[in-house]
Amino acid sequence: MTMTFIIDALVTIIGITTPILLAASGELVVEKSGVINLGVEGMMLVGAIAGFAVTFETGNPWLGIAVAMLAGSLASLIFGVLVLSFGANQVATGLALTIFGIGLSSLIGSNYVGIALEGVESPFPSVLSADPFWRLIFGHSPFVYFAIFLILAIGYFLNKTRAGLVLRAVGENDHSAHSIGYSVLGIRYAAIAFGGAIAGLAGADFSMVISPLWAEQMTAGRGWIALALVVFAGWRAGPLLAGAYFFGVLMALELYAKASGYAIMPSQFWAAMPYLIAVIVLAIISSRDGRGGKAPACLGKPFIPNG
Amino acid sequence: MRLRLEKRLEPSRSMLIVTPILSVVAIMLLGIIIFDGLGFDGKQAVWELFFTPVLDVYKWRDVATKAAPLIIIALGLSLGNQAKIWNIGAEGQYIVGALAAAGIAYATQDFTGFWIVPLMVLAGMAGGATYAAVPAVLRTRYGVSEVLSSLMLVYVSLQLLSYLITGPWKDPNGHNFPQTAQLTPSQEVPNELFDSGIPPGLLVALIAAFIFYVIASRTVFGFSIRAIGEAPRAARYGGFSSERIVWATLMISGAMAGLAGVFELMQLSRLNLGYPSGYGFTAIIVSLLGRSNPIGVFIAGIVLAITYVGGQVAQTVVHVPNATAGLFQALLLFAVLASDLLVTYRIRVTSNIASSNERDRG
Repeated sequence: MTMTFIIDALVTIIGITTPILLAASGELVVEKSGVINLGVEGMMLVGAIAGFAVTFETGNPWLGIAVAMLAGSLASLIFGVLVLSFGANQVATGLALTIFGIGLSSLIGSNYVGIALEGVESPFPSVLSADPFWRLIFGHSPFVYFAIFLILAIGYFLNKTRAGLVLRAVGENDHSAHSIGYSVLGIRYAAIAFGGAIAGLAGADFSMVISPLWAEQMTAGRGWIALALVVFAGWRAGPLLAGAYFFGVLMALELYAKASGYAIMPSQFWAAMPYLIAVIVLAIISSRDGRGGKAPACLGKPFIPNG
Repeated sequence: MRLRLEKRLEPSRSMLIVTPILSVVAIMLLGIIIFDGLGFDGKQAVWELFFTPVLDVYKWRDVATKAAPLIIIALGLSLGNQAKIWNIGAEGQYIVGALAAAGIAYATQDFTGFWIVPLMVLAGMAGGATYAAVPAVLRTRYGVSEVLSSLMLVYVSLQLLSYLITGPWKDPNGHNFPQTAQLTPSQEVPNELFDSGIPPGLLVALIAAFIFYVIASRTVFGFSIRAIGEAPRAARYGGFSSERIVWATLMISGAMAGLAGVFELMQLSRLNLGYPSGYGFTAIIVSLLGRSNPIGVFIAGIVLAITYVGGQVAQTVVHVPNATAGLFQALLLFAVLASDLLVTYRIRVTSNIASSNERDRG
């Protein structure tokens, strides 16, 4: 009984951690290039509705996932054009992208309210994925495995490859990178589009796996948690992976508090917990690392090549 | 032929005024294309969205009712925006302000007297300011970005609201609906001033706009905010404390959001789960569209209120989904942000030879 309960809990935690892990991984690459995109929540919603609608219309979840990533990427490029080519303020533009994503996804989603999808299942044979014990490892959706692979790959890319070094150089000192011949704006465009695609994928995880249906603003602020996660992790891949699971545990507490009904605190307390803890951890991390912390030096600053 | 950006020595004053107007026009044209693309009658939808609320006298009161909280919150935010301090959690401060006033209402159910309304207003402003003090402490003491902390607190305030109206403050006569008890007559202000159809919130917004205009243009405080935003280092040498500006702008914007929350509570007579309406987020658009100038913010608040009311009209007449207003508000913000380029830069057309020569000279 206890064993089943523990495995159940772990499977739940791994599942609900995945979208914030994905979204934060994408944002990590964007911020490493010196751009802060606060539109994560909006891009996730655009991805969520795109993935849901395409899967429902075509019956092909893989196509749904691909379109979700494309949609997230296109949404992020609106942000990209404004902040890179027009030099617009990144905080305001990112916020605009979130408001845009909420509006656009609600507009498209109004045709899909109240419909359920089958939900994407584990890619492994049911001997493993339905086994009471082995489902802990094999019983997850493909999103889970991809998210873990992705953050490890990003860590490798940033620290061990030449291209990763160039990306970091653009984020740490844009004018130097420009003067030795790298295209600062080109690299930032690529990073933003990548971040958008991954945020779109994170959104699709919500609407295709976690609760396979469409509801307005179904990502419920998880995009903001992903943004905070990048800060706690000190812009490093390893701590980001660990931090994501830490938040997964906090979010699972809410689910269990609601389900059990005899929680010590009202369920709203548990629902507010991830956000409260996020604020507290931000304070601890920031006071340890000092103002600005380990943030890329050019984070949030516009770059105008001929200016 | 090549287009080149040339930084202006000073932001263009005429562009500051022209670009928001151009943005609104551009979004109307874009709207026609989008609605046609979605299979609605584009021209009619845009007409209902932007013009019906202006031309139909019966809609004016709705517009004024929605404009009031937007203007009040946006005025507060505009100070911080000028100093590049981003309070994006005004929605949370608006909710906590309303909760503080509702707390006073809960405690004064059995009392009557003229003192109750002012007490609720003060409590609401204090509640909003206290909630905004959290990101202020975190930023000045620990260096936490106010962008993330203020936003996180919105989600906390939503849960606090849900807890209070489903638990301790639930209306005992409310048929088990999650809502607070209706305000008593001594806890409310009239819904219109002297039968004029003008909601009291709009008068408050008008007075506040005047006060903010004086602060911005006639006081050292207003000057120091702009100085911190435009040249932080120079401002520090000039003896302005950036910490004090962080505190002042966050507390003022929190208090204004709380004030808007109180008037909205008095307008609706009670709190329920539908109370958080996103005014705190839309107000950010209002303050940017209004160029953080009190007069501009007042006009922008009315424009955004028109899209809310027009969105409802378009929903009933052209059957567009109710998310339309939000989408248009976001597009409007995109357009304003893009047009900022014209404010700070001049676009020069140069010949290829000239520009390559310049590049050679470095």
